[in-house]
Amino acid sequence: MDNFVEMRFSAKLRNVVFARAAAAAFLLEHNLRLSVVNEIKTIVSEAVTNAIVHGYFENEKETVYMCLELAGERLTIKVVDTGAGIEDIEKAREPLYSTRDFEERAGLGFTIMDIFSDELTVLSAPGEGTTIIAVKNIELEAV
Amino acid sequence: MLSAQVVIKKYVLYVRLDGELDQYTVEGLRTRIVELMEKYQIKYLVINCEQLRFMDSSGVGFIIGRYNRLKKKAGAVVLCAMNEHINRLVQLSGLHRICVIKKNEEEADKFLGVA
Repeated sequence: MDNFVEMRFSAKLRNVVFARAAAAAFLLEHNLRLSVVNEIKTIVSEAVTNAIVHGYFENEKETVYMCLELAGERLTIKVVDTGAGIEDIEKAREPLYSTRDFEERAGLGFTIMDIFSDELTVLSAPGEGTTIIAVKNIELEAV
Repeated sequence: MLSAQVVIKKYVLYVRLDGELDQYTVEGLRTRIVELMEKYQIKYLVINCEQLRFMDSSGVGFIIGRYNRLKKKAGAVVLCAMNEHINRLVQLSGLHRICVIKKNEEEADKFLGVA
């Protein structure tokens, strides 16, 4: 049942829905509970939006990389941008912290990813981009 | 993909959302709602989530923005008919502490006294 997919797409906000749908399709055969699928879609949505908005400042010529890997009951979602990077990762992960307040962001992206994943790793350096790795343990139906 | 049906009764703006609310779809929605709220001097915003299938923190940001605006006018944001996922996000983000939560639009009407 182990599986792996990877994709690269333009850093356009309209591709966030594609990324979410791709994650849901990747898991479709496993008939996961809707609440679990929604948590996974939310993690993907937050991570990819972060890459496009904060990594690339919505420069559509840039490319976001995403891969999904299922090993046993362990789902790993990896989202990579090679954009601006994060100055202070600890601060970025604080609830309600947003660098771009004027745009009405809730500053909750990382908090929500944290809550919905079992492990969340954020690797980032200014000027080198950001990699978000979220691991979620999911219960697969015995076949 | 998001569509929004809007209805205005007196000083109340009803927004019935259908689809997915994320950073991409929130932009158009914000422009439209902000314009209507100013034009009709709206005091209460009722967001009907019955057909809203997905929302992420972009949607939370949008609701906080409208709340901040209406708070100044002694108004409120009412969220109704949320599914389990939307409700969970509302609880996690603390929106339930600043918005009025109702089961459906009728309950919202009763609360606002515009039925």
